[in-house]
Amino acid sequence: MTTAGPLATAIHAAYLLAAVLFILGIRGLSSPKTARSGNLIAAVGMLIAVIATLVDRQILSYTWILAGVVLGGAIGTIAARTVTMTAMPQMVALFNGSGGGAAALVSSLEYRHLIAEMGTLPIDSGVSILLGALIGAISFSGSVVAFGKLQGIFTERAITYPLQKVVNGLLTATILVLGGMTLAGSGGMPVFIAFVGGALLLGVLAVIPIGGGDMPVVISLLNSFTGLATAATGFALHNVVLIISGTLVGASGTLLTILMCKAMNRPITNVLFGAFGAGAPAAAGAGAGGSGGRGATLAGQSVRDVSVEDAATILAYAQSVIVVPGYGLAVAQAQHAVRELADILKARGVHVEYAIHPVAGRMPGHMNVLLAEANVPYEELKDLDEVNSDFERADVALVVGANDVVNPAARTDTQSPIYGMPILDADKSKHILILKRSMKPGFAGIENELFYDPKAMMLFGDAKDSITKLVAAVKNL
Amino acid sequence: MIDSLLQDFTVFILAIFIGYEEISKVPVILHTPLMSGTNAIHGIVLVGAMLVLGSANTPLSHVIGFCAVVLGTVNVVGGFLVTDRMLQMFRKPAGQRGS
Repeated sequence: MTTAGPLATAIHAAYLLAAVLFILGIRGLSSPKTARSGNLIAAVGMLIAVIATLVDRQILSYTWILAGVVLGGAIGTIAARTVTMTAMPQMVALFNGSGGGAAALVSSLEYRHLIAEMGTLPIDSGVSILLGALIGAISFSGSVVAFGKLQGIFTERAITYPLQKVVNGLLTATILVLGGMTLAGSGGMPVFIAFVGGALLLGVLAVIPIGGGDMPVVISLLNSFTGLATAATGFALHNVVLIISGTLVGASGTLLTILMCKAMNRPITNVLFGAFGAGAPAAAGAGAGGSGGRGATLAGQSVRDVSVEDAATILAYAQSVIVVPGYGLAVAQAQHAVRELADILKARGVHVEYAIHPVAGRMPGHMNVLLAEANVPYEELKDLDEVNSDFERADVALVVGANDVVNPAARTDTQSPIYGMPILDADKSKHILILKRSMKPGFAGIENELFYDPKAMMLFGDAKDSITKLVAAVKNL
Repeated sequence: MIDSLLQDFTVFILAIFIGYEEISKVPVILHTPLMSGTNAIHGIVLVGAMLVLGSANTPLSHVIGFCAVVLGTVNVVGGFLVTDRMLQMFRKPAGQRGS
């Protein structure tokens, strides 16, 4: 099965080296200073593993391999070079799906290979092959659906229908039966194909009831799935570098998923099956569905509009301003405008920092990447624990396209779906300036009492547009 | 058979611990690059794809293997390039700036 002799030893040594380089690469990612070289180290590890594989004597023909590498390399390069930073979550989802798809295909081929060679499926390789095909296929179709949601091809809202959990449960049971039949050697190829088909369907059905705001969790979970599918493939092929790398990624994705869920104070089962954000509940307050009307009311309270000039004055004469970015910043592509505003405020002696909620945006760390693109020094980006005590001393909390992560209901309203989620304490600053497109509720579909806070001022409009106007207004002061 | 399975398992279990240890050190601001960097690393499945395509012996298995190699390469190349693009944007603190 494997190449023997000194060549085999060399290949194994190269795989070991690659695995070590992956680990060192990930270690490099633990600090902004070494992160870029860490990524490079991991890439070198990958190159070494690929070259070592090419000299393996199992490989009989190179034509197809080279053609595939050239084609895949071209697609990957073009995609990675042209994607905008705001589209990063869906790009990561798509690359992840490619990996999952590859793992499923490799497992399927190995299945064909073993059946052709031995007639039956040995139990140990069999289990690995089935796991690789199952998890890889779920990861592939799930990632494609996540991509579609993030790209806006179809609705970001959670899609629900009657008996959804029953349908998914039955499908899972069917897949398990088909897998069992394949292991037992009955049914042959058609059953295996049905098994993979069922897994693909499950990936789709599992992701459609998850709303856009929970995408950070879904993407890191799917990332971990592809890692585990890769590790399973490694078991099937008895290839150590696949096992190590796949498992590293599986562990990393799982850990990130747990961190995201903790940040929202919701168990993973609630994220996956809760259909959070399925639609605005019959909310108090008229026109919550998107009438976008000014002066919408919550229990008789009304929001306070502010003019650009007044907002600019408040910002310019503040001592310290904390910017709270949310997904709306990404949608409006306002990161460069925000940076410009921060620059002119800093030139006037205002202290500016950014408060980043762990689940702001659509993937872990989304806001950090966007602001980094706009050349905001990473030391000005503060996470929840670091920044929350600063709000009390801040003159202005500038909320740009964020909603649920600053909703005080998470602290006080036990009935609220987001109750218990740690939030940014924007309501504790002296003024709260909120840039918002309309009064439409955020992803969770719930009213935000912050907007009705006596200290809050609303500046309606596209975030980028509003900030550009603020910049001009501050310059004129 | 059992011996080789046990060896694979040993590696698997140890890798879980290393993964957990290394990842817990990564700060929140680097979570996106971490995810996209590890995303590129699972592109190592390309190695598996090359091995099965290299020993393919029917037209269908060539096609399947070819697709696997293409997908695996997209994952690897795209993943590392996009991570590099992100990381190159993370600027040094003000004062020592200059790319």
